[in-house]
Amino acid sequence: MAAVDQRAPAPAARSGLWARIEKASPLLAVGIAGLCFPLLGDDYWAVIIERACVYWVLVSGLNLVVGFAGQIAIGWVGLLTLGAYTTSAMTAGTALPAFPAYVALVASAAIGALFGVIVGLPALRLRTFYFAMTTLGFSTIVTQVALAWKSVTGGGVGTPGPVFPWPFDPGWGFYYFCLLLAGICTWMTYNIAGSRFGRALVAIRDAEVAAEASGVAKPALLVTVFLFSGALAGVAGGLFSSLQSYITPDAFTFDLSVLFFISILIGGRGSILGPLLGTLLLTVLPEFAAPLVAWSTFLYAALLLLIVLVIPGGIADLLDFKNRRPLERHREIVPRPELLSRILPHPGEPNVLALKGIVLHFGGVRAIDGLDLAIRSREIHGLIGPNGSGKTTTLNVISGYYKPSAGEAYLNGKPLPFEAPPTRAAHRIARTFQTPRLIGGASVLENVMIGGTIDGAGTFVESMLALPRHWRDEARLHEAAMLALAVVGLDQLASVRADRLQHSELRFMEIARALMLRPDFLLLDEPAAGLSAEEIRRLGALIKQISKEGTAVLLVEHHADLIFDICDRVTVLNLGKELAAGTPAEIRSHREVVSAYLGA
Amino acid sequence: MFESIVSYGLAVGAIYAMTGITYNVMFSASRVFSFTAGMLGMLGGVLGAYFILQLGLPAIVGLVLVLACGALLGVVTEIVTVRPVLKNIEQHLYVLSTLAFALLVQQLTAIEWGTEAQPFPRLIPIGQGWLDQQFWLPMLACAVTIAGLEFLYRRTLVGRAFVAIAEDSYAARALGLPEQRLRLASFALAGVIGALAGFTGAEMLLAFFGNQAILNFYGFVPVALGGMGSNRGAVVGGLALGLFQQAANFLVGGIFAAVAVFVVFIVVLLLRPEGLAGGAAARRV
Repeated sequence: MAAVDQRAPAPAARSGLWARIEKASPLLAVGIAGLCFPLLGDDYWAVIIERACVYWVLVSGLNLVVGFAGQIAIGWVGLLTLGAYTTSAMTAGTALPAFPAYVALVASAAIGALFGVIVGLPALRLRTFYFAMTTLGFSTIVTQVALAWKSVTGGGVGTPGPVFPWPFDPGWGFYYFCLLLAGICTWMTYNIAGSRFGRALVAIRDAEVAAEASGVAKPALLVTVFLFSGALAGVAGGLFSSLQSYITPDAFTFDLSVLFFISILIGGRGSILGPLLGTLLLTVLPEFAAPLVAWSTFLYAALLLLIVLVIPGGIADLLDFKNRRPLERHREIVPRPELLSRILPHPGEPNVLALKGIVLHFGGVRAIDGLDLAIRSREIHGLIGPNGSGKTTTLNVISGYYKPSAGEAYLNGKPLPFEAPPTRAAHRIARTFQTPRLIGGASVLENVMIGGTIDGAGTFVESMLALPRHWRDEARLHEAAMLALAVVGLDQLASVRADRLQHSELRFMEIARALMLRPDFLLLDEPAAGLSAEEIRRLGALIKQISKEGTAVLLVEHHADLIFDICDRVTVLNLGKELAAGTPAEIRSHREVVSAYLGA
Repeated sequence: MFESIVSYGLAVGAIYAMTGITYNVMFSASRVFSFTAGMLGMLGGVLGAYFILQLGLPAIVGLVLVLACGALLGVVTEIVTVRPVLKNIEQHLYVLSTLAFALLVQQLTAIEWGTEAQPFPRLIPIGQGWLDQQFWLPMLACAVTIAGLEFLYRRTLVGRAFVAIAEDSYAARALGLPEQRLRLASFALAGVIGALAGFTGAEMLLAFFGNQAILNFYGFVPVALGGMGSNRGAVVGGLALGLFQQAANFLVGGIFAAVAVFVVFIVVLLLRPEGLAGGAAARRV
């Protein structure tokens, strides 16, 4: 066994400060270039860089909404407008007594955060077009209000922007102010992107169902991100009005929204560096295309269409050389069940999850028709039956996706509420899916780390500011995920992007993700589908060991051999009803089962 | 004043309703919400003014040309912005591709036609005051649209094929329906309806490139309220929205009206995402 343990260590990320700096080096290079720029003493370009910084303050926050969480927020210019007018009006004292400019800037952040959440509310329940439309409607309405509320905004005539006093007074002081804020925003979003919150956002984007099953509470997370993104947009607005020195509603055209959005798309989803370069590029570009000013929106729109149709991956995809190296062709998955004891706790009390009299209709179809089922610790319970007999539906009832019209579920005697998938992770109920739910753009390691989301102790703010608890969470999740990957035999592929894996590898990856929960109950939905005979044998050994460690396993499968090989109990479903239940030997000799399902 | 609120409100509401139907016709055929609905309405006005006032064509020729342009743009929308991204519809790239296309057309209009609102000719000199043609024409167009669609969907074979595609495109394809051609036809039909809305409403809204954003949003509100794909919902929602907006405009001012509509929109989306008249959608596991 010593030989096995001495296998080359997996290509884990090097830890330590130096590795972190190396990873962030492109971002640091951009920052240093910005710091050194004043040495050239070029006032004209200084203003352009200030503008790029102001845009980036907004885009960096929007990037979490669009690039990470995948929410199509196209009207973010509305929040910029709001922040600009808030700062201007508060500094000028048109609505309230006049405030110092810095106080007004902070107030803009608060207002931006508030409206960020209001605009974002529809995204909590509905994706895409509705949310896109809300943000668009919001930006239209903000402009209308700005035009009409003359006493505060000056209407169409406009209002002067704030002037920030020392130390960030106009000139190079303001330049460094913009650069400083842009740097802070980069740092904060970079921290979030590398935390469990950033991974959860990407999971919501690519595999919402898997995110829910891992205990990611989408509404709470999105509200936090909208608060954050809205606050940054508010700050950007305040800086913008100072940069413009005089603002009218005309300054906030829809072009800007499109510019923000394209910056992120050009940059690539799920990247920080890409959108940063995209923002720089789009801010600087008009300087070289002065004769085309009238056509700028037209060109932006053409660019947007082109990106969507031709390079949906953006710059980040083009720069992702690591994931273009070919993978080894004949890869073999060799799970190491002997490591399981280091992941799974040995529960003192045995756990029981019971379904009692479950009835579930889909329209007129009775998908489940009065089912009783109990799964226990240290037991593998097989669930078999023909297609459409209600196997996966049963799994979905347990993991909280459906609400049955009759019946109850009990966890160790206590009722388990239905229709609440994100609560299952806290009860240590983990599952895999019939079609693997992978987070395609993330690495295999990150896919697995999602499974441990609920075990993080740090808050969003702690991650944002990279406080000690954030590092401890990350180190622990990283270690646990590497261990889980070693258990299923995928540790060599940890850094590979998940959508490059073979189907069989995805099945094992999902098991690793489920193991991250240290589950008391593991629900496996056809884990052997698409696997070779040898892989099925290894899977069987792995599942057996998982059960030996004390986890209750519910196994939905079509491979009768696997079921009869490893299960302790088997339930046969037909048309949503239990046709038979018992030990494998009893089922194998059950007359009705043999004639209806197994064949003679 | 009451008459003018009602007639103006119903007329604007009829335009919103037709824009909503434009969204629905495209959605039913493709499961895609397209930002080109407002664009079609905007162009209906601009092109109408161009054909009739600038080229001096007879009104009826202008109308036919406008509708033809609408159909053509519908077809182009389908081919350029919808078909390529339909394979991965769960990524919702259509939101961006249709938005980009609509912006392209809008900017081209702004550059070629100008950014000032321009007048639209009075077509039929019947009625005055609150019975003016500019008020009853959109309502008439809306009624004709609804009656035509009902006839199409219920009485004709092509219309039934549309309904089949909307209900279950897999099953419809399995039955041998030419899904792609029907989708193309739906987008052409939507183009005609959207352009008609813009043409008949242009005397009131003027020929103005900025109408695109307004129609896009206010035309979508009835769809969200009435439930996606429901044309009756869109008509009821559109007329209600128009009346509410005008009443609020007269009584408490435009800002309040705009904000109130927005608030109602968000609240309804949160409480009944499937719309006031729609049914709940199934889970996706």
